[in-house]
Amino acid sequence: MTWIWANLDLLWDRTLDHLVLSVPPIMLSFLIAVPLGWLANRYRAGRGVILTASGLLYAIPSLPLFFVIPAVVGTSLRSPLNLVIALTLYGVALMVRVVADGLASVDEDVRQSAVAVGYSGWSTFWQVELPLAGPVLLAGLRVVAVSTVSLATVGAVIGAQSLGSLFTDGFQRGIQAEIIAGIVLTVALALLLDGALVLLGRLLLPWTRLAATSRRALRVSRSAEGSG
Amino acid sequence: MIEFRSVSKQFPDGTRAVDDFSLTLPSHRTTVLVGSSGSGKTTLLRMINRMVDPSGGTIEIDGADIAQLEPVQLRRSIGYVMQNSGLLPHRTVIDNVATVPLLRGVPRKKARADALALLDTVGLDQTLAARYPSQLSGGQQQRVGVARGLAVNPNILLMDEPFGAVDPIVRAELQQELIRLQSELGKTVVFVTHDIEEAFLLGDQVVILRDGGRIAQVGAPADILADPADDFVASFIGADRGKRALHLERRGDSDLLLDSEGRLAGVLVMPGTSAPSPDSPAPR
Repeated sequence: MTWIWANLDLLWDRTLDHLVLSVPPIMLSFLIAVPLGWLANRYRAGRGVILTASGLLYAIPSLPLFFVIPAVVGTSLRSPLNLVIALTLYGVALMVRVVADGLASVDEDVRQSAVAVGYSGWSTFWQVELPLAGPVLLAGLRVVAVSTVSLATVGAVIGAQSLGSLFTDGFQRGIQAEIIAGIVLTVALALLLDGALVLLGRLLLPWTRLAATSRRALRVSRSAEGSG
Repeated sequence: MIEFRSVSKQFPDGTRAVDDFSLTLPSHRTTVLVGSSGSGKTTLLRMINRMVDPSGGTIEIDGADIAQLEPVQLRRSIGYVMQNSGLLPHRTVIDNVATVPLLRGVPRKKARADALALLDTVGLDQTLAARYPSQLSGGQQQRVGVARGLAVNPNILLMDEPFGAVDPIVRAELQQELIRLQSELGKTVVFVTHDIEEAFLLGDQVVILRDGGRIAQVGAPADILADPADDFVASFIGADRGKRALHLERRGDSDLLLDSEGRLAGVLVMPGTSAPSPDSPAPR
């Protein structure tokens, strides 16, 4: 514990580093996955190719990826950007299928009626399909957020400072408190981002919560009728 | 006025939904397309707002060939009400009603004020405005659907089995409501149903369809009842089973109306008198 109190500044700095490394990949993977998922859902022929290809991304081991990315993108071997790109690829791998499934889950009757009253193709997507896919997208994004925070720790092995640096440093110098602090903070950060996404969902998807409460109210009133 | 001229529709899978269909739908009247499933009635309706494009023939609205019109603009100028209301589940009642005016660029404030007034028109309490569709009953959702269809004050209102999914009591209410609205608004209504009773109740012009969108008979309900064109029509409206052939039978003080199989259809009441009722005093 004394080590922790003596190194609060370090822990805070590594947490911020970790946040800076993991938030951009979460947002980027969402932004990249939306058009890809849309394509996969829209064109039957493309679906298999896009979903398989993006799924395969996840099978690439991270260490070789850290050598391939600099070679392809031209970044330096020790740039944190490599980690951001790798994490984005992993996020895309998870998210593309989620977007495709989310868009496919939109009730065809609702989509048809939106077109029938005069939504254009573009406005149908933005104002009807995407928001209605929202609950599925949110569920996927929560998985991506947690997995990205956890994966970001491997950045330590290529010199990108993160909470993972606390593991490597703790192992090398035999400081157990540092290792445990790294683990606890990583979990805490994952939970924090997850909670933030849940709040964002409540803000952006108010009807999902209302539907749930009104169903519950209906059940309550029904069981009250049944007993009375 | 809506005119179908030799319209046909063949879907990519080869089914011929409609074959050489010609019909004039007069303005400010209700035309009901009635037929069983596979009669092409919904396909015909959806051709009017170009949800389906015909493979042959032309459709004109007030003399303009709709194939020349931009589909999205056309749809925004035509009211559309469908089964299960087709409301957007993620928008409140008021936003659902204001949908099309907002798409047409009406300022939000005005669109919402107009939508609120429309709730009155269709007999909905304004306190429902902030609810989501899932919080309404089926009948209320259907009324919201009608309000949305009327929101841009369209000349034409397309209704695709709008009351098909609600229970019979609510359906009867909604039908009466539509008759009241139509007497006030005088829209050109095109109504699709498989229920002949509903067709006779609502239609100024009733179109009975056979398979493949072929017209079995067109006319006012009274004309069709009085003179069914053929056995198919007679069977469809129930005349062959004697459902429409009523006779009188005297029971006590009342004249009962019975169909040919002896099932009770109603009580005969002379014009000007009220129906006999056990808890109202006899007319003086």
